[in-house]
Amino acid sequence: MAKSNKPIIWGTFAAGGTLTAFVTPVLMVLTLLAATGHLPDMLAYDKLHAFAAGWFGKLVIFVIIFLSLWSQAHRLRCTFYDFGARADTLVATTVYALAGVGSIVTLVVLARF
Amino acid sequence: MSRRPYVRVVPRTTWFFRHPRYMRYMAREVTCIFIGIYSVMLLVGLVRLSQGSAQYEGFLAALRQPGSVLFHLLALAFSLYNTFTWFNVAPKALPVQVGDEHWPDSVVAGGHYVVWVGLSLFILFWAGVL
Repeated sequence: MAKSNKPIIWGTFAAGGTLTAFVTPVLMVLTLLAATGHLPDMLAYDKLHAFAAGWFGKLVIFVIIFLSLWSQAHRLRCTFYDFGARADTLVATTVYALAGVGSIVTLVVLARF
Repeated sequence: MSRRPYVRVVPRTTWFFRHPRYMRYMAREVTCIFIGIYSVMLLVGLVRLSQGSAQYEGFLAALRQPGSVLFHLLALAFSLYNTFTWFNVAPKALPVQVGDEHWPDSVVAGGHYVVWVGLSLFILFWAGVL
């Protein structure tokens, strides 16, 4: 049987779609509060830095950014097609490469805390 | 061969204006642009946080730009639309069968909404907003 990378891509899309459905709106509310000058306690430098320095915080942050990037990259690929772009190989390579770079940057940055 | 198959002409870039259902589909698809940009913004915030207090304060100052507030409002609207559409198809994606019966769609979708509201309240509480 021919091997396919579809289950891996689709798996991150399903997991990431579920994650973004559950937590992205409330995260946006938190940063919207920060944007309007009502900084939530947890987003203050000291507290957020301490959270990112712990293993649990690292795990939470990595899962959120990793799954968000991959699921949105996959949906963006489909959206390009829907808007009439037919260069799927180019689009797929670009969006998955960006998600991959973003994932590696996240790992490297978290390791430095 | 005298066969002349009917070829339905589908405009490549404007097809979704033809039916409200297609428009709703595309509205859901373009949520990825906003959530994707937002994810990159989170990553930038993480990088700034790792660089030190002054850099992170600079990131927070950038967040307070009028354009950022406008982006947040748009992104929140699209993100909520993504959430609602995701939960509403959940009964199709995750049918729960007990014995011979499936749980009603309203129970599966409703369960998602209950967990979502609970989790969101918890995160707001954890962040010191509530």
